[in-house]
Amino acid sequence: MEVFVQQLINGLTLGSIYGLIAIGYTMVFGIIGMVNFAHGDVFMVGGFVALLFFMVMTSWLGLGLVPALLIVLVLGMIITGLWNWTIERVAYRPLRGSFRLAPLISAIGMSILLSNLIQVVQGPRNKPVPPMFTDVLPLFEKNGYTVGIGYKQIVIMIVTAVMLAIFWYVVQKTSLGRAQRACEQDQKMAALLGINVDRTISLTFVMGAAMAAVAGVMYIMYYGVVNFSDGFVPGVKAFTAAVLGGIGSLPGAVIGGLLIGLIETMWSAYFSIDYKDVAAFSLLAITLVFLPTGLFGRPEVEKV
Amino acid sequence: MTAPILKVEHLSMRFGGLLAVNDLSFEARRGEITALIGPNGAGKTTVFNCITGFYKPTEGMLTLSHDDGKSFLLERLPDYMINRKARVARTFQNIRLFQGMTVLENLLVAQHTPLMIASGWTVLGVLGVKSYKLREQAAVDKAIAWLERIGLVDRADDPAGDLPYGDQRRLEIARAMCTDPVLLCLDEPAAGLNPRESLELNALLRAIRDDYETSVLLIEHDMSVVMQISDHVVVLDYGIKISDGTPDDIRNDPKVIAAYLGVEDEEVAEVEAEVGA
Amino acid sequence: MATVSETSSAAARPPVDVARAFKDAAFAALVMLGLSIPILSFRSEQNMNNQLVLAERWDAVAIACALVFVARLAGAWLWRERVGAARSKPLTMPAFMKPLAGPAGLALVVVYPMLMLAINGPQGSIKWIDNFGIQILIYVMLGWGLNIVVGLAGLLDLGYVAFYAVGAYSYAIIATKVIPATYPDLGVWAFWICLPISGLLAALWGIILGFPVLRLRGDYLAIVTLAFGEIIRLVLINWVEFSNGYAGISTIPRPSFFGIPFNASDKGFAAVFGLEFSPIYRTIFLFYVILILALMTAWVTLRLRRLPVGRAWEALREDEIACRSLGINTTTTKLTAFSIGAMFGGFAGCFFAARQGFISPESFVFLESAQILAIVVLGGMGSLFGVVVSSILLVGGIEILRELDFLKSIFGPGFDPTQYRMLLFGLAMVLMMLWKPRGLISSREPSVIHKESRSISGSLVKEGHG
Repeated sequence: MEVFVQQLINGLTLGSIYGLIAIGYTMVFGIIGMVNFAHGDVFMVGGFVALLFFMVMTSWLGLGLVPALLIVLVLGMIITGLWNWTIERVAYRPLRGSFRLAPLISAIGMSILLSNLIQVVQGPRNKPVPPMFTDVLPLFEKNGYTVGIGYKQIVIMIVTAVMLAIFWYVVQKTSLGRAQRACEQDQKMAALLGINVDRTISLTFVMGAAMAAVAGVMYIMYYGVVNFSDGFVPGVKAFTAAVLGGIGSLPGAVIGGLLIGLIETMWSAYFSIDYKDVAAFSLLAITLVFLPTGLFGRPEVEKV
Repeated sequence: MTAPILKVEHLSMRFGGLLAVNDLSFEARRGEITALIGPNGAGKTTVFNCITGFYKPTEGMLTLSHDDGKSFLLERLPDYMINRKARVARTFQNIRLFQGMTVLENLLVAQHTPLMIASGWTVLGVLGVKSYKLREQAAVDKAIAWLERIGLVDRADDPAGDLPYGDQRRLEIARAMCTDPVLLCLDEPAAGLNPRESLELNALLRAIRDDYETSVLLIEHDMSVVMQISDHVVVLDYGIKISDGTPDDIRNDPKVIAAYLGVEDEEVAEVEAEVGA
Repeated sequence: MATVSETSSAAARPPVDVARAFKDAAFAALVMLGLSIPILSFRSEQNMNNQLVLAERWDAVAIACALVFVARLAGAWLWRERVGAARSKPLTMPAFMKPLAGPAGLALVVVYPMLMLAINGPQGSIKWIDNFGIQILIYVMLGWGLNIVVGLAGLLDLGYVAFYAVGAYSYAIIATKVIPATYPDLGVWAFWICLPISGLLAALWGIILGFPVLRLRGDYLAIVTLAFGEIIRLVLINWVEFSNGYAGISTIPRPSFFGIPFNASDKGFAAVFGLEFSPIYRTIFLFYVILILALMTAWVTLRLRRLPVGRAWEALREDEIACRSLGINTTTTKLTAFSIGAMFGGFAGCFFAARQGFISPESFVFLESAQILAIVVLGGMGSLFGVVVSSILLVGGIEILRELDFLKSIFGPGFDPTQYRMLLFGLAMVLMMLWKPRGLISSREPSVIHKESRSISGSLVKEGHG
């Protein structure tokens, strides 16, 4: 029981990060039907942007931890958004509407390009940051085992919740969100009704990247380290989350992310830590085979 | 009176809350052309998809009988078996040719099952056994014979996607016929054809009925085609059968006229004129 | 941007709008500046206390922005005549060359080791035969194997490397554990015994993995195959008793010349044929083994394309629903494509293990799958010749970067060109897709002819849905 509650807390924290990345996959898939293979690496770039800004804020400008993190969050979202905007503009837009495999290959190329670019400009070693919010808030004690929630876990969950609320507002209540939903349904018709489809798609990439940047900040806060190769596995897991929730569904992505986080921590705690990635990948395969529309996806009727 | 080749009994198909076909029963008789007509959204294509195995009906029984007395319950067969075993072939409303393959290749893909057996499930074929080569030549000859029949033999080596629309429609019918069906289901074969092509189609369908012992079931909006070539017409509206009989019976059925036209008097007159033509 | 993208023909070259070109270039440079902060402008390094410290690199940012500005500006002039004309025209050979290209190319490949030997001598040519010849041929074979799955059947497989791994590990484990424990006398024949077994095991795995997933469509299939590829690799890492984990399996027996080992002993190849011992003989032999394996793949593919099963694969790629209406069992048809493709991956894996003498899970990462898929798509889906061209470009290109030591004299001794290998590889993938989204050779040759053979334009050929 104690272990279970502790792992529940850890799982939800990890799941928040996956959920934030999953939003980028699900939005892009929803609007242009493409798996943005490079999204995991965009998240990694977001992590590096956060790391570097954080160092500028703390060691150069001498800001306190909280103001530094807030500024890093905002700057990270902007810069990572610009990265994804450029990627879409350069590598995906010219291929829109052409051969179906071309954007996928281009995205895989972009993924290889991004991780190796970071390796070249920032070096191949792990980048550690000083630990922050190290205190733990004890919740209850049973059988000599203290269940606690770390301050950084609280911060991660609160920031995730706030970001999701803002994001939810943008998608549901603003004209940009309306334009996105219109483009999802029918791009030609949306264009005829005066929606700037190119701009809407670009903004979708920017928003997805901004969420990935938030995830990047949370990631270095949680693990205290980032590496150029950290994009792939969280990327695939976040994609699993998006699929599990039903690709194209935003609440699905978040809930899928939380589920993946929980499954990963529970698996590590109760079974074998070595096979935790195998568990995540197997879950992906099982979901796609038995529940291809995910938990919240729309069923697809085959048109004959 | 010939035995029905296809007997549809109490067929219902539900998509979520929508009842697309509701307790439909009708028969298609051997050696006849049966037309399934009705306004847009009446559930005609859904019926077709149930018969050809693309949808599993919510309820109902679809019995197909061969000449030799064998019969098949179509709703229980996997989709590819409906063509392979029950020998029902179909065409599609929006033509589904293999566009990047040549006209001849399209007709050879249709003869997949016999060629697969002749190639010893690929093993003998890879070894280049002579009996397979002979069988393949026979398949090519059969394809060419069909191309001559539909007047496309000169375009045998062109990609199917390069053909004009009307030719593509005829090629799709020829491709379905290459599977040697006992029942050929055509989904709007005259859609998009000009009057001359439409007449050619009528002749082709009659020839299929008379020369090949293939019965035809067709969905059609073009009343001139329906009235001229069908032996038997079934009318659907909102998933329910509202009329069933010879073209003459249908022409004079007030329920049919109302279904097609709503209740506006001048439109009734218009359609009566068209149907009467 | 409009000056570039809206040009439709090579003949009509619109004048360059100079003001606009400068504006675009300035904008691109500005974007580059944004991207450079902070990724390029600061470099994080560990100091003596293992703490990160920042180093500033504004000079690098300035260079990057200037490069982007110049490239964008140059693009406004250069692209103007390229776009449109180059895109619409597929690469074609002059008609008289077509029947000659195959035999001539093959002849060149057959004499390649001798040629290298003559030019570089026995010591210098190992690198050229092994790193270029054998390496490229392995990828040609893998590309041809995957081409059956992706190019013909239109099934997107991102986990092809799993079958390569199955083949490699089958050979490694049978040859190092099973054969010594049961029939040690057969040791010299290990490669020849295991080659068919590896292929069959890979095909079996193709069926096992393919059966549940082949009803998925499009990108979903791609992701599930990726997941399977990763699962197999992770199992190889973690199941240490079986595969020896990260450490991998070493001392894998090398292939023998049909029972005669390549060593310096009295019964070795050199002694038997009265030659002076040199490692080059084994390298040359391996070259011909992989050449024959690759040619076998191509021969089988060409044969299958003209059989009903091959036509059904292509029909499946074109329209799955029409296939079902014609009595084709799409599940078994997909499975045959998947397992035959996997089988060739298994053969290649067996060869790889035998050539390296050492394998570890590191050799079977996702990047390998991506590379093989890139070779197939870049070559042009379904085109055997295209796979050869793109293998030479991509694999040969990567290998040649290892040779560029002279760059050190230009950029200083700290410059390591191999560091940029994968960076350039990723960049090449993106650029080649932008240049030719349908691959180098996109047209399709018909599998059966009535009167005359006409190539089918790539724009009509579908890419498949699953």
